[in-house]
Amino acid sequence: MADINERITDIVGKKDVVLFMKGTPLFPQCGFSSRAVAILDHCGVAFEGVDVLQDMEIRQGIKAYSDWPTIPQLYVKGEFVGGSDIMMEMFEAGELQQLLDEKQVAKA
Amino acid sequence: MPMSGPEIEGMIRAALPGAEVVMTDLAGDGDHWAARVIAPQFAGKTRVQQHKMVYDALGGKMGGVLHALQLTTEVPT
Repeated sequence: MADINERITDIVGKKDVVLFMKGTPLFPQCGFSSRAVAILDHCGVAFEGVDVLQDMEIRQGIKAYSDWPTIPQLYVKGEFVGGSDIMMEMFEAGELQQLLDEKQVAKA
Repeated sequence: MPMSGPEIEGMIRAALPGAEVVMTDLAGDGDHWAARVIAPQFAGKTRVQQHKMVYDALGGKMGGVLHALQLTTEVPT
């Protein structure tokens, strides 16, 4: 498990915004992942999509890493922000854009 | 077997006494639920903490049996 945690730390440290999801940003494989991608697209930020369906180790490891049971999961500057429901709540309240602006993440 | 709405609601209410829980059957198939939970226990907690409290109430079923629970949490006003 130490190895997978290191791998995940490495992944979330490499890009400002990382979305662990089912499928890819172009072809999301579940509605929740699709919604998460749409929100990030709307915010106009560059993000890395990590397809957990292609990597069972990450699929299981990410749940323990963030202590969060579901996918998608959003990380900004290495910090766990939440799943798609939290992204939607934050987006609707304008808080997600605010967070992305504050953290000065790269634009798409 | 998917969980029924009343079953999900019951588990949330048991863990968060006094909570208001509104269940919506999103797809009409008894398998895709939205839960709106308004609980005094959420006061002072972040959204992540609030959602985790509900997930904890569901005793590890979230992400497994319950793969598609759409969750909204609120502090009572």
